[in-house]
Amino acid sequence: MSGVRVLVGTRKGAFIMTSDATRERWDVTGPHFAGWEIYHLKGSPADPDRLYASQSNGWFGQVIQRSNDGGTTWEPVGNQFTYDGVPGTHQWYDGTPHPWEFARVWHLEPSLADPDTVYAGVEDAALFRSVDGGQEWQELSGLRGHGSGPSWQPGAGGMCLHTIILDPSDPGRIFVAISSAGVFRTDDAGKTWRPVNRGLRSEGIPDPDAEVGHCVHRIAMHPSRPRVLFMQKHWDVMRSDDAGESWQEVSGNLPTDFGFPIDVHAHEPDTIYVVPITSDSEHYPPGGRLRVYRSRTGGHEWEPLTSGLPQRNCYVNVLRDAMAVDSLDSCGVYFGTTGGQVYVSADAGDSWAPIVRDLPAVLSVEVQTLP
Amino acid sequence: MIRVALPAHLRTLARIDGEVELCIEGQATQRVVLDALEARYPMLRGTIRDHVTGRRRPLVRFFACERDLSHDLPDAPLPAAVATGAEPFLIVGSIAGG
Repeated sequence: MSGVRVLVGTRKGAFIMTSDATRERWDVTGPHFAGWEIYHLKGSPADPDRLYASQSNGWFGQVIQRSNDGGTTWEPVGNQFTYDGVPGTHQWYDGTPHPWEFARVWHLEPSLADPDTVYAGVEDAALFRSVDGGQEWQELSGLRGHGSGPSWQPGAGGMCLHTIILDPSDPGRIFVAISSAGVFRTDDAGKTWRPVNRGLRSEGIPDPDAEVGHCVHRIAMHPSRPRVLFMQKHWDVMRSDDAGESWQEVSGNLPTDFGFPIDVHAHEPDTIYVVPITSDSEHYPPGGRLRVYRSRTGGHEWEPLTSGLPQRNCYVNVLRDAMAVDSLDSCGVYFGTTGGQVYVSADAGDSWAPIVRDLPAVLSVEVQTLP
Repeated sequence: MIRVALPAHLRTLARIDGEVELCIEGQATQRVVLDALEARYPMLRGTIRDHVTGRRRPLVRFFACERDLSHDLPDAPLPAAVATGAEPFLIVGSIAGG
């Protein structure tokens, strides 16, 4: 019988939640790597039992863990992320040059075809790749070597490469997003990169429509329509229909267009989800009411989804990597909060229920649809 | 024989119970001890010292014989009581965090 496996990274460990296709009763294991920050864990599309996890803390740095049995057992693999060549500098908060320094892995993106190939987005922003199951990591330095690199600046959470999207129709095309530099695209499997931010407008930077410097929080793609991208920016929800060449705002009737995650329904490429947050200075839902907003029109027109979600006294946040969808016939939508709740909707957002309520702050949520 | 005591997170990572005992040839120094420790437990590489510079990570401390050796040079001899195994070489995560 088919089912799902939800992979949850938190401030104090990882948790794995499994259910059959009803998504009503859950088995929860964890904390795995107890006491460590787990920024992200994700399974290989080519081998669902192959998982990768980013484990880190301020004392002992970065560890990468790998599982070959769906998260029952784990083994540490390579944790050396060394920038290619002379690292150079980017801008620091005060505008001075600051040497590139590795801090942590924010996001792991396994290859669509090869379980041993996995990409890592790191802070300070760079993209690494391993082709041996995570033992050795090489930087794809054409990204950081893009002419704009010395002008990149950190956002409040650090200068992180947090989103990696592999184009299922073109093995050479990869999109990444960096806070706060913007979106970059390669068409030659990572050798060369260029910014694709035309149409973005950010009031918090000196040149509001600059080519580089936008605080992109998350981008998402439906695999059947890889030229269409959706973006939650610091402020503004955006859409591109030409693989990032140009962007249009689709915030429409959202109560606020600030937020972090954005995701796409597994079977409806124009159905998208965001979680509006009050503002950049108030990272909680407007009015203390936790609402996912869904657009069935690819943006512009949004509806609040509230059934089963707290509609009073709720002041949590939902971080950028903390939303995911499964691909069961009735698409499941999942998100985790900084208050430690993980919610599931087995009916594409119409109704929600908590899987767990009292985890540490949730940093990431991924889901695997199992045969 | 050198005795090394690791903090709980690193014991878990390396799947170690209790202290580690290392046989060292020649002079016992921080560098020699940590090289031997990482050779036996490769998963500890990068968690105590930076991969590239070899420098102690900022929130890791080295104690022994009721002394803080964290700022000693990596090739300085360790105290005789550590070299003989009478006292352990303590690798400590500094008190910080939540």
